[in-house]
Amino acid sequence: MSAVTDDIATDATPALRRAIEWKTWKAPIILGVFAVLGIVLFVLLPREGASTFRFSNTGDAIRLPNLTLPTHGTGIVVAVLLVLLAIGGFMLARASRAAKLWLMIAFAFAFMVGFLTWAAAGHTIPFTGLLLGTVSLSVPLIFGALGGVISERGGVVNVAIEGQFLAGAFVSALVASATNSLVLGLVAALVAGMLVSFVLAAFSITYFVDQVIVGVVLNVLVTGLTSFLYSEVLAPSATVLNYPPRFPRLAIPGLSDIPIIGPVLFDQTVIVYLMYVAVAAVYFGLFHTRWGLRLRSVGEHPQAADTVGINVAATRFWNVSLAGAIAGLGGAYFTLGSVGAFTKEMTAGQGFIALAAVIFGRWDPIRATLAALLFGFATNLQNVLGIIGSPVPSEFMLMLPYVVTIFAVAGLVGHSRAPAADGKPYIKS
Amino acid sequence: MSDEKEIDPRRDDRFSEALRQIMGGSFMISILAVVLALIAGAFLIAITDPTVQKTAGYFFSRPTDMFQAIWNVVSGAYTSLFQGSIFNFQSTSAVRAIRPITETLNFATPLIAGGLGVGLAFRVGMFNIGGQGQMLIAAACAGWVGWSFPLPAGLHILVALIAGMAGGAVWAGIAGFLKARTGAHEVIVTIMLNYVALYLISYLLRTPGALQEQGSNNPKSPAVLPTAVFPHLLGAQFNLNIGILIVLVATIVVWWLMSRSSLGFRFRAVGENPNAARVAGISVKNMYTYSMLIAGALVGLAGVSQVLGTSPEGFGSGIDAGIGFDAITVALLGRSKPWGIFVAGILFGAFKAGGFSMQAANDIPIDIVLVVQSLIVLFIAAPPLVRAIFRLPTPGVARRKRTSLTREVAAK
Repeated sequence: MSAVTDDIATDATPALRRAIEWKTWKAPIILGVFAVLGIVLFVLLPREGASTFRFSNTGDAIRLPNLTLPTHGTGIVVAVLLVLLAIGGFMLARASRAAKLWLMIAFAFAFMVGFLTWAAAGHTIPFTGLLLGTVSLSVPLIFGALGGVISERGGVVNVAIEGQFLAGAFVSALVASATNSLVLGLVAALVAGMLVSFVLAAFSITYFVDQVIVGVVLNVLVTGLTSFLYSEVLAPSATVLNYPPRFPRLAIPGLSDIPIIGPVLFDQTVIVYLMYVAVAAVYFGLFHTRWGLRLRSVGEHPQAADTVGINVAATRFWNVSLAGAIAGLGGAYFTLGSVGAFTKEMTAGQGFIALAAVIFGRWDPIRATLAALLFGFATNLQNVLGIIGSPVPSEFMLMLPYVVTIFAVAGLVGHSRAPAADGKPYIKS
Repeated sequence: MSDEKEIDPRRDDRFSEALRQIMGGSFMISILAVVLALIAGAFLIAITDPTVQKTAGYFFSRPTDMFQAIWNVVSGAYTSLFQGSIFNFQSTSAVRAIRPITETLNFATPLIAGGLGVGLAFRVGMFNIGGQGQMLIAAACAGWVGWSFPLPAGLHILVALIAGMAGGAVWAGIAGFLKARTGAHEVIVTIMLNYVALYLISYLLRTPGALQEQGSNNPKSPAVLPTAVFPHLLGAQFNLNIGILIVLVATIVVWWLMSRSSLGFRFRAVGENPNAARVAGISVKNMYTYSMLIAGALVGLAGVSQVLGTSPEGFGSGIDAGIGFDAITVALLGRSKPWGIFVAGILFGAFKAGGFSMQAANDIPIDIVLVVQSLIVLFIAAPPLVRAIFRLPTPGVARRKRTSLTREVAAK
């Protein structure tokens, strides 16, 4: 990457060179801002006492000891580290090299440690619980983001993730309650998400209606429909129709005994295991199979795809439907995976966060999953800090993912480029 | 699409081209879309009604019972909808009889303002989903001026109005600016700004010394001073306030801006084809920023009317009441034209007013209104579908079944 930058920089026009300079400088500038923030928080606004991190629960097979850090001392060490890393970033930028990924990761990690230590002064942070909550809050987001990635890689903007969530949550609660079968509930969620997608696909691919408009309107439609049917059908006979069973936790023998990651990743419900499979399958499918190549080709250059004999409309139609089915699974998690009963507008805008994860993850299934995990982490961090008494108002913690996304799409964290034909109807001439 | 239609001198904007494409059938399609949506709503009401379900159980022995039950519940619901939104013919006094239509106009006020903001952005090729955030910021700004500064009666409203519209403009302007400078997609930025605004206002509403009412523990603002409250238009027995007049003025201003001013011409040029506009010497980036600023100010007007007109006794973080999203459907139904939005706003205001009375009188959840509204927009967005359902002839000029809104986004 840096070699390419060097080559261009030697014989570029002034405007291009300025753009490249800005590209190399913005990372160290951001690091610098966060380093200053770290100094202010951890050194100049110190919190006294010690911060304890708990890594194991009493029932675990292998128990790790608690880690106790002096809050102020750790803060100073972290602040020094942050400054050093930021200086490293500046040095790289001086040499016209892009900031290294490991440097960014180290910086983020150091900042997180510093922040957690600072926030937990005098309290204990249940580290495993923090991660466990992160996973459970991220599961629907990841399903939604995978749906978004598939749909948008095929050139159809999927703003209707929220609607697919709601439809999946509603139908899975209804079917699982009525039949007392979790599997049927899951299948129903798949079908419900798919039905929402059918409408999206029919209107945007067949009638060339703007995809964002259809998506937004579909969200309103599904919100209205589920709320109406909830009040008219589910609420009056809640014990029969809105009392679904919930997926039990299934511990994977062996793996679930690994400290920290065992209980977080391998003592989960079937939906979570399905999510692991889905992430791997979508990644493999998109980049290593004929299906993925065709999907990406209709999303990047539908005309070229059409020329080589790919049916653009059909490919888009079925992949949008597949995307809806995956997002519908995410919807099922809201009811069958966590809360149980359906309530009005229970997805509470999570579909839009999944959409943000798609864009933050640059339309890549793995990156989108990581983005969804980040959003889940931010939300859960706010929950945990709320319990131990957060020094930062909870609203600002809740705001964080959205602010990060704005920075991300504004290109400060990394350039995000949508599939070339994303959002553009293909009209065969 | 650049064929002979483009050089038609009578063409004042591309929406009239769209109108011509469907051979003046646009109005017809709109009516039919409303009819279709109402039929779908009736279907939902009928199948969830317990009497209908019971009579369906012995449908084959006495089918008339079921049709009777369906007729009863559907006509009852839509009668309430009409009585709650337009004219209550069952009431004894004249005031009560015409109160529904004034309620409709009251509900329509923020819908029209928000619709104008969303519609203006549409015509520049931008999608403003940030109505919620812009309304919240505007409500906070207008409310803060409204309860903090004792000013003379007329001036106070004006200052609060300007403060609120400025707040909305700044919030939307962030999205426009980021799109112009960094290419950040305005859909994502405005959605994210909605949440940022929601949490920001929630925080301020529960922080003493910020927006929270003094001596109160609730996350609620103080009441606006009487000098800043929108005065009633028809006396105290009607809730209708001057907000509807302000919105009428805003509609005229937007019409003038888009159809008669040079800035509006540049806006439309950018919406039509940003590349062509750039070649013609129009600063596309500036147009993105300016249009979002104006759109935000208009959506902000909706927030102001909520806080100074609808609930001057103080507001919580739900003051936007979903109008930011409703405004999108209003703008779509009005085809982004100022007067179309005005009419669409009144229609959806009627649905809202009537929906509440339908909920009260017939026990039908108001959510049905959301269903009907979104179906209307879906049907209107796809004229070929409506034509197919009603077997209307396909106009000969419409070789390509693209709606006008599709083209804006395709041109981006």
